[in-house]
Amino acid sequence: MRKLTNGSAGAGVVDTKPVVGSDLAHESAIKHVTGRATYVDDIAEPANLLHVATGQSTIAHGRIRSINLDAVRTAEGVVDVIVCDDIPGDPDISPVYTGDQLLASQIVEYVGQPIFAVAASSLEAAKRACSLAQIEFEELPAILTPQQALKESQFVLPTRTFQIGDASKAIDAAELVIESEQTVRGQEHFYLEGQVSLATPTEDGGVHVVSSSQHPTEVQKLVASVLGLNIHQVQAEVRRMGGGFGGKESQAAALACMAAVFAVRTGRPVKYRMPRQDDMVQTGKRHDFWNRYRAGFDAKGVLTGVEMELAGLCGCTADLSEGIVDRAMFHADNAYYYPATTIHGYRCKTHTVSNTAFRGFGGPKGMIAAESMMDDIARTVQRDPLDVRIDNLYGPGRDVTPYGQKLEQHMLRDMMQQLATDTDYYERRKSITEYNRNSDQFRKGLALTPVKFGISFTATHLNQAGALLHVYTDGSISINHGGTEMGQGLYTKIAQIVATTLGVSYERVMVTSTRTDKVPNTSPTAASSGTDINGMAAKNAAEKIRARLINFLADQHGVESDSVQIANDLVMVNGQSLTFDEVIKAAYMARVQLSATGFYKTPKIHFDKEAGKGHPFFYYANGCAASEVLVDGATGEYRVSRVDILHDVGSSINPALDIGQIEGGFVQGMGWLTTEELLWDDRGRVISNSPANYKIPTAYDLPEHFKVSLYDQPNNEDTIYRSKAVGEPPLMLGLSVWCALRDAAASFSDYRMNPPMDAPATPEQLYRAIQAAKAGVAS
Amino acid sequence: MVKTCPNGQELKFILNNQIKELDVPADKTILQAVRELGLTGTKEGCASGDCGACTVLVGEPSDKGVRYQTVNACIAPIGQQAGRHIVTVEGLESPDGELHPAQEEMVNCHGSQCGFCTPGFVMSLAALVEADVSADREEVLQGISGNLCRCTGYRPIVEAGIAALEVGSSAAIQGQELVQSLSASTAQAVLQPANESELQESIRDFPNADLIAGGTDLMLEVTQRYEAKPNLIDVTRVEELQLVSADEEKLVIGAAVSYSRLEEFFAGRSSPFVSLLHRLGSRQIRNSGTLGGNLANGSPIADTPPILIAWDAEIETVNTKGEARLTAVSDFYRGYRDTTLSGDEYIARIHIPHASIESFHRFFKSSKRLEDDISSVMGAFRFEGTPDKVTVARIAFGGMAATPVRLKAIEDLLTDSELSRDLVAQAVEALGDKMTPLTDVRASAAYRSEMAASMLERALLEFMGEARPVITEVSLDA
Repeated sequence: MRKLTNGSAGAGVVDTKPVVGSDLAHESAIKHVTGRATYVDDIAEPANLLHVATGQSTIAHGRIRSINLDAVRTAEGVVDVIVCDDIPGDPDISPVYTGDQLLASQIVEYVGQPIFAVAASSLEAAKRACSLAQIEFEELPAILTPQQALKESQFVLPTRTFQIGDASKAIDAAELVIESEQTVRGQEHFYLEGQVSLATPTEDGGVHVVSSSQHPTEVQKLVASVLGLNIHQVQAEVRRMGGGFGGKESQAAALACMAAVFAVRTGRPVKYRMPRQDDMVQTGKRHDFWNRYRAGFDAKGVLTGVEMELAGLCGCTADLSEGIVDRAMFHADNAYYYPATTIHGYRCKTHTVSNTAFRGFGGPKGMIAAESMMDDIARTVQRDPLDVRIDNLYGPGRDVTPYGQKLEQHMLRDMMQQLATDTDYYERRKSITEYNRNSDQFRKGLALTPVKFGISFTATHLNQAGALLHVYTDGSISINHGGTEMGQGLYTKIAQIVATTLGVSYERVMVTSTRTDKVPNTSPTAASSGTDINGMAAKNAAEKIRARLINFLADQHGVESDSVQIANDLVMVNGQSLTFDEVIKAAYMARVQLSATGFYKTPKIHFDKEAGKGHPFFYYANGCAASEVLVDGATGEYRVSRVDILHDVGSSINPALDIGQIEGGFVQGMGWLTTEELLWDDRGRVISNSPANYKIPTAYDLPEHFKVSLYDQPNNEDTIYRSKAVGEPPLMLGLSVWCALRDAAASFSDYRMNPPMDAPATPEQLYRAIQAAKAGVAS
Repeated sequence: MVKTCPNGQELKFILNNQIKELDVPADKTILQAVRELGLTGTKEGCASGDCGACTVLVGEPSDKGVRYQTVNACIAPIGQQAGRHIVTVEGLESPDGELHPAQEEMVNCHGSQCGFCTPGFVMSLAALVEADVSADREEVLQGISGNLCRCTGYRPIVEAGIAALEVGSSAAIQGQELVQSLSASTAQAVLQPANESELQESIRDFPNADLIAGGTDLMLEVTQRYEAKPNLIDVTRVEELQLVSADEEKLVIGAAVSYSRLEEFFAGRSSPFVSLLHRLGSRQIRNSGTLGGNLANGSPIADTPPILIAWDAEIETVNTKGEARLTAVSDFYRGYRDTTLSGDEYIARIHIPHASIESFHRFFKSSKRLEDDISSVMGAFRFEGTPDKVTVARIAFGGMAATPVRLKAIEDLLTDSELSRDLVAQAVEALGDKMTPLTDVRASAAYRSEMAASMLERALLEFMGEARPVITEVSLDA
């Protein structure tokens, strides 16, 4: 018999091989590689299935004068056509505020906005029918840039400010002052699986919707609302998404609602799957930002005051832009202490598709301002940018953020120094400077940048989660929770958590598809919170079952409950070893409830939006990356030659999955800052509307030397097994590549000037920066 | 030879381990067909051949057994696949359910996250394993050049590829043994003439049919614009159009030869061209796309026309009477997407003077992403003479006007003058107003002009002996 030892960590006993903390493969890995993993579009199609397409606005802003859909209605294969007035309930499908209409009725506010929808026997038939509509518009003036919106004071929501001290005075009194501005482009999510929903009418007059959504509860609520039903008449279900990245937080609802409206009207199952181009035109993206800053600092480059203005291009409605611009403001300091600061966040209204959540949720847009500023300061005081960064970090006594939260854990100084040492940063800096001095055409660049990312939804009420756990009489376990699986490995981690908490093997636990009729009123799987909150809820449920089993056995054997131990599928009671299966059977026969719900709400967090003060984050996740690049000065072409990352995930629940998140996040961030250029033309049309002209990184863009290490330190807050959230923070490690590219550009001025460079640093953009650096020397 | 309209003709091919007979329209894609048959492992990510989520293997008999190539199922007509073996991700496991090494290592290396791109990657890696290439990183990168992943950051996929190649293939893919059983007389959904005289007959019989080779551009009209292509004539089965030959005088390339085969043919003949082919498109695109298609679609941003202009290549077009004519590539383009190819003609062959590929030539491509991206500027240069005197100059650009352009004025300026840095500067300066680039999603007009100038300068300096490598040619030891 295996010897059990006393331990800590929740389960009461430590497994000989703990499930939490091990490198288990993604729960669907074998299904992925064999093609058996089922996505919405893979569900066997019922014979009478209808397919949806929409007719879209061709102008950025205007009034609809007339709509003639006669030819659409009579087109081959068309079964039903609807306009806004045909929606039985509320056509507004906004996630928080108002303005997102399922179908436009009088005014259109972006190119691609749906005006009518068609249900037909095939997608091709629906698309072909849509092109037959005759719609007349009266064009109105369109606002297409944040600058234009600022000038005309057009905002989707009011401007907010964080303030500490008198920044203006501090800057004016500083030894050195710099100011700058930059345009930071948005980003297309490019989840490989496009948006899709399948709605089937139910016998209660409701619908069952299978959706590729990060937020099934919102899908359920909005489907009920557009149909004028009670929420309980609608069930939303999500087994997995083929990628989400924030793009399926609010944006998935429109497809579910449209399919549901047709399903109820026709009594037939309806699928709405957006072809890639429609997805790239019709769904929101990461916001463009126009950032300005003014900074005062001393001769060593240590900040005394910072003023920042962050203007986000929100598009035509609020969508989630309140929180997104807030989060840009929350991260405008990144990891640096601003003794006096004013940070303004503008939510610019433009006649473009309403921008939405994207991994980082505004955070990257604030952080790039801080990181550009650090490089600008370093070159101004002629110090190594890493030294200036380290000297400006938060630390004891320099620990209050612009929004008043006091930092309790200072890890980044040690992390950055460790990464610098481990990767020979200073030696490489020396040899790069030497190389650059002797090379006309090619230059190298290097940057080591930190990330400090606040963890919690800044909308406090969303920080709650539920779970539902069943143990069946054969000892198999089923866990359901409010989180959704989009590839991040949430289901795997949840199963690990349940197995560890119950003291059973991982193989016993099955995570079932997320359904609103199993766990209700859930929050979106977003804000990196999936494991933090759903893991805690699952653990809570597992602890209840565990306690019931232990109490049952203690009663049965007449011993104290703390003498009953469960681990490795075995139960020790009164010197006797029972299998978990035996215990479950006995518990069932004794009428012990083998099902439990779990619940969690994140403690300690609060925030006063109006005052801009509070404690919005439970904790921070940290990381740093050192990237080296090679640049061709004649063309602006470049390659990333080496990347090293040190990242803080607390105590990892699954290091392999966490490293996957870090690598993937880094590359996605790098893509945003390099080759992915989201562009509109002067009529408001998205011109980067296909993968032929919007270029996400390929395997070739990654260096052979791409190393990720975990900084092994438990979370000092009581999170799920002392882990930290990992979904979003690594994306911003990509800033090291952007900074390294700019570093290489600056070498053309012998690092004497700060070449202006917008993001992304396409070869053309970098070429401009190099030209500016060269001109700076010449002048 | 089929004479009636081929629509509705029964198509026979092997799908995984079964022979399938289908009744399909000409423009149905492999992706649509296999998904309708319930094989939903193959995914649609873009329907434009850009993401690789739909990658399948297409096997054809060769001297060394069945040879498998990766194909973007989303833009490849199923009707072209008569007699071939299509392997989807469902067909990789062994009969007793053992995973293929590409699958096994993807699991071991944590190569999947959301899993949607995974079947495509698995197929690309499986193709490498089946081709038994060496277990090295470069081979894997080439193999997955047409596969996009948005979750992993690729590191674990590349490692899985290397590991799978180290393991190697232990058993033949299921269904392979059926390949020989489907004879060449297999019924056709798309018209598939076997030789040029049948091709001429087909064009005569179906004057409204579209000619299709790889379909990597043509099929986007179906998958992106929802146009119907009820009549397709497949030129890839025309034996003569698949031939390549080289003698002392010239190289002759059949119009339907794929880029992948060109890579093999030009290996050792022109390394600048082979390098350029690596950037022209992904492995999947290169397995399907052809030189004839690149010329015929008339695009001003196609990569090969400037090269062929610089090489003084000629296009051999043949009409339905079998009459051939030769046109210099530089004279082939009349305007935006408008060529001298007439309705009853097809491109048969491309003739390249042997002297051209033996003389100094250099090709530069500018694009946002280094791999699998469309050029913002494509520059092609060829010089004869000595480092201090150019006797023959050829300068051509793509992406700089409504057609690929040859710059005779600059060529004249350079020819027979003493080659010096001053002359290079003059030539670069003179380039200024010769072309009319646009600002679009790929680059600004100004950047295009500057890159064209930089390319010309680079080529000339290299001819003078001052090598200026491009970023893809330098080692990255950090």
